[in-house]
Amino acid sequence: MHKSLKKYFPVFVMPVLAAFTVSFLAPFAMGVYLSFTRFKTVDSSEWVGFENYISIFTQDETFLYSLWLTVRFTVVSIITVNVLAFAVALLLTRKLKGINFFRTVFFMPNLIGGIVLGHIWSLIINGILGFYGVDITYDPSYGFWGLVVQMNWQMIGYMMIIYIAGLQNIPEQINEAAAIDGASPVRKLFSITLPMVMPSVTICTFLTLTNSFKLFDQNLALNGKNAETSLLALDIYKTFYDHTGLRLAEWHGIGQAKAVVFFLLVAVIAFVQLRVTGRKEVEH
Amino acid sequence: MKKRIVAILTVICLAAGVFSGCTRMKPAGPEGTVTEIRYLNFKPEIAEVYDEISRVYEEETGIKLIVETAASGTYESTLTARMATDEAPTIFQINGPIGYASWAEYCADLKNTELYKHLTDKSLAITKNNGVYGIPYVVEGYGIIYNKAILNKYFSLPNRNTSYNYVEEITSFAALKAVVEDMQARRADLGIQGVFASTSLKTGEDWRWQTHLMNIPVTLEFLDKNIDLTGDKYKSIDFTYSENFKNIFDLYINNSTTDKARLGTVDVTTSMAEFALGKCAMVQNGNWGASQILGVSGNTVRAEDIGFLPIYTGTRGEENLGISIGTENFICINAKASEAQQQAAADFLWWLFSSEKGKKLVTEGLGFIAPFDTFSAEETPDDPLAREVVRWLNNDKVINIPWNFTVFPSQTYKERFGSALLKYAQGAMNWEQVKKQAVDEWKKEFGA
Repeated sequence: MHKSLKKYFPVFVMPVLAAFTVSFLAPFAMGVYLSFTRFKTVDSSEWVGFENYISIFTQDETFLYSLWLTVRFTVVSIITVNVLAFAVALLLTRKLKGINFFRTVFFMPNLIGGIVLGHIWSLIINGILGFYGVDITYDPSYGFWGLVVQMNWQMIGYMMIIYIAGLQNIPEQINEAAAIDGASPVRKLFSITLPMVMPSVTICTFLTLTNSFKLFDQNLALNGKNAETSLLALDIYKTFYDHTGLRLAEWHGIGQAKAVVFFLLVAVIAFVQLRVTGRKEVEH
Repeated sequence: MKKRIVAILTVICLAAGVFSGCTRMKPAGPEGTVTEIRYLNFKPEIAEVYDEISRVYEEETGIKLIVETAASGTYESTLTARMATDEAPTIFQINGPIGYASWAEYCADLKNTELYKHLTDKSLAITKNNGVYGIPYVVEGYGIIYNKAILNKYFSLPNRNTSYNYVEEITSFAALKAVVEDMQARRADLGIQGVFASTSLKTGEDWRWQTHLMNIPVTLEFLDKNIDLTGDKYKSIDFTYSENFKNIFDLYINNSTTDKARLGTVDVTTSMAEFALGKCAMVQNGNWGASQILGVSGNTVRAEDIGFLPIYTGTRGEENLGISIGTENFICINAKASEAQQQAAADFLWWLFSSEKGKKLVTEGLGFIAPFDTFSAEETPDDPLAREVVRWLNNDKVINIPWNFTVFPSQTYKERFGSALLKYAQGAMNWEQVKKQAVDEWKKEFGA
């Protein structure tokens, strides 16, 4: 068995490895290389060292703004999405009529793609703001909160499913024992339910964290390319594509450097996530 | 262990293959065996016509024309991506001197092509050091499109506050303002919601203001200062005509179908539809918008009622100014393609703009006013706005304003200016701040 596994190893692994190399590793290596250059197209680059990385913080005023906006957005999303998803999950693990129907309904927004969702919410939000004679571009905070609402609408259903799975794994006896000891529902929630679903909480937190941090299409569809409401991913896109003209090569390099910094940030988050969730899983 | 080394080596080889694949162009076949020409089209609205052109050309010559169309607003990104591949377009386009600066090493010298020899106005081409790197292939014009039926209805109102009787009498900003404001006041009698269609200030939909309207003060400033666009004096502006920009912009946003606080989500299509459906009497746009008026279902505007007014802004001697006519579409041939491919591309372009079949496809299909002497006076597109452009073009009494927005610094500049205009409309920025931003960022984007 072990021998045949070894024999066929290349047959099974090589196609995937090749695909992974061609479509991920190679472009990634090129991307990192290009962040140290100025270039118009990827085959005409001129080495400039760390200049692009310095420019991100000196020349370009949008990066830090977008980073801070993204951090704020992420924090708000993590809190709202998880609290609401947990609440809905608690509700939908009770013995209610038509519970599967409700679970499906809450999950459905997650099946719609980001761009479509962005446009739907842009219609809704502008429709409501229209009564006050303004629209979503009137104030950057409208755009920000619009994005939070939309993120919640999309993510709550998905997180709810994870929480429901966690809640269903809590042994009935513990709750019964607590009830006999005279614990109040609130006490049961905080002393039994929450500690028991901690693994789900961790997973959901990180999923929301990475999803909010990398948000792009919803941002573009809902807020357009307004500088005040551009999260990091959209800011990088704009840096790269919109500075056409005499300094094109320079801005391409800066955009690329931003993308590498962005990658490092996401990689750190993902790494911590892996460590933390891994530990929890062992405990479980 | 050995296997692992083999595996790693394979990975490296593959990666190397990918890299090397990026660094060279497709090797051309032996001389004279070009079988296909790649063309990256800029105008999504006429993408279908290119399918027809491609079919006809293949029938005639056996050479396959592969046309790829970049989605609206993504031409630069598509071109950037395609240029680095084996499927790099042989024919592509740039939008003027700034576009040329971006793509200079990809633009072949077209001085000896037939197409350039037949260009009616050689000064329109993109040239540098005796070389010709971009040939304009379409002339377009924009101004204030008006609906004569509604204007005539206004001129026949007995209680109106102005003394004008014909649209031709409007030859200054003062006249335009008087008529517009009076019409706005009597919009109920005229059956319209506002005089002007909504000033679309949604990002990506604001080019009529941050580019086209801005062209007028900038061009007038260049003319005053005698700025030669081949030098680098255009790398800073004072926005001396900013008050004039404000004049017309205020007129647009205050006499419109939409309240000015709600312009941030309106797009061009909506704005054009308002005009087509007769909800407003005027809209600033160019001759390319004809299909957005006449092709819209429920359209109430008759072709013969559509005309262009110059965009008056209250400058001295403006009665002698015409509409804004020029081009931002310059055709280029990829210098990094093989000789044979470049020749095939030049041959195709010459065929398109000189043969009977080609010319018919250009005027009737693409709807272009082509700036080549191979086209006779009768061979112009037959939509009403294109005819208006030709009428203004041939009007010797006026000076038509050229398209100098091709030297605007970058997309970022235009978008930021557009968003400043939106904030001004919403009341979040005052005009001084808008002006300051327009001047400062012009310089900054050029890195001056």
